[in-house]
Amino acid sequence: MTQIFYSKDHEWVQIGEDGLATIGITDHAQEALGDIVFVELPEPGRNIVAHEACAVVESVKAASDVYAPLTGTVTENNQAIVEEPALVNTAAETTAWFFRMRLEDPTSVNALMSKAAYDEFLGSL
Amino acid sequence: MHRRLGARMVEFAGYEMPLQYTGIIAEHQACREGAALFDVSHMGQAHVVDARAFEALVPGDILGLQPGRQRYTLLLNEAGGIIDDLMVANFGTHLQLVLNAGRKHVDLAHIQAHGVAITPHFERALVALQGPKAVAMLPEAAALRFMDAAKLDVAGIACVVTRSGYTGEDGFEIGCAAEDAQALAGLLLERGATPAGLGARDSLRLEAGLCLYGNDIGEGRNPVEANLTWAIAKRRKTGWDFLGAAPVRAALEAGPAEKLVGIKVSGRAPARAGAEIRNAQGERVGAVTSGCFAPSLNAPIALGYVRADCAAEGTALDLIVRDKPIPGVVAPLPFVPHHYAR
Repeated sequence: MTQIFYSKDHEWVQIGEDGLATIGITDHAQEALGDIVFVELPEPGRNIVAHEACAVVESVKAASDVYAPLTGTVTENNQAIVEEPALVNTAAETTAWFFRMRLEDPTSVNALMSKAAYDEFLGSL
Repeated sequence: MHRRLGARMVEFAGYEMPLQYTGIIAEHQACREGAALFDVSHMGQAHVVDARAFEALVPGDILGLQPGRQRYTLLLNEAGGIIDDLMVANFGTHLQLVLNAGRKHVDLAHIQAHGVAITPHFERALVALQGPKAVAMLPEAAALRFMDAAKLDVAGIACVVTRSGYTGEDGFEIGCAAEDAQALAGLLLERGATPAGLGARDSLRLEAGLCLYGNDIGEGRNPVEANLTWAIAKRRKTGWDFLGAAPVRAALEAGPAEKLVGIKVSGRAPARAGAEIRNAQGERVGAVTSGCFAPSLNAPIALGYVRADCAAEGTALDLIVRDKPIPGVVAPLPFVPHHYAR
């Protein structure tokens, strides 16, 4: 089983066997946002830099940016959540992933948190 | 009590208020299909005895308001700008006002400055029971029709009830003493009402095409621009004897430069307050004042001021969201039909 990493901006990152990083928002993030009604994702081919705003999530009430957890190039985005944004509320950490990217530096993922560290981080909020 | 019901709290007008309990969409649907209970105790209740003196401060027909009836009206400044929008109910011995939370102290000072005696009862609680099943959950008030007002006993609690609200649905606003509020809310929840927060209240009122003070109306807007000309009573349009009458009359005769309109937005991305509005030629013609995703329409909607030549129903507009134009069209209000018990 591949390890999942977490960012302080409430994204998760999973490195697949092909080396690509799959990125989504955490269950905590979807819970905090409430009913999600719109998602805007970065297009394949876009180069994104860690901490830059690269996707948008809108709930009934408010818009929120999603920040890139790492630097790299987007290879794919998840049209399923564009068509059905509410999936993010029900499956944030599984099928409702946001996009995949090729990391500029594959070791950069080690700067992120483990599940245990993220849970501890949530507890400190 | 809110926290016990699982509420996520936010700060609003100096009050800690429930934003949502289970979720905005579920609470919104509960109000459209069943009955939702909102705590709106932050709103200011006040009493005025001298109806004639009070009438000089508003464009509504207050002397013609019968006992047991309620009416929507506006406090205007000398320039015709809207100081607040409010409900006035005639209880025979006095008028009861319900003022916006963020404006109640301003209103009080304004009314007093014009020599009208007003007694604030800001400590009183107010809940709104809204939805098609509201009347089944408050049978004590079943005899009231839309915009009726009465003092009623609800399970031993002395209540001031009006058949009105801010959702476009049938329902009641129920005032009581602060110490009775938990018992009253508990009773209505026991009878099957769904607790609902400010989030659903906002999406419901926006679908119903109702203005939010501070967003859609304010001191910089007059009733003509704000599409509230209907709140100027016929009799007052002959006398023109209310505070701010001259500028309002001038705006009515000349036509407003900008008008508040409803806009249906294509796609799924909501255009929020502040979003620029452009016409088909790409000129800036206005800005959004309220916008959200409308759960009952499964589409984004907005209210905004646009140049008068762009205010006709069916006018195509672009709303600028994250630097991209999103097509919209001027739509009739309300977005979702009202279901009042007239």
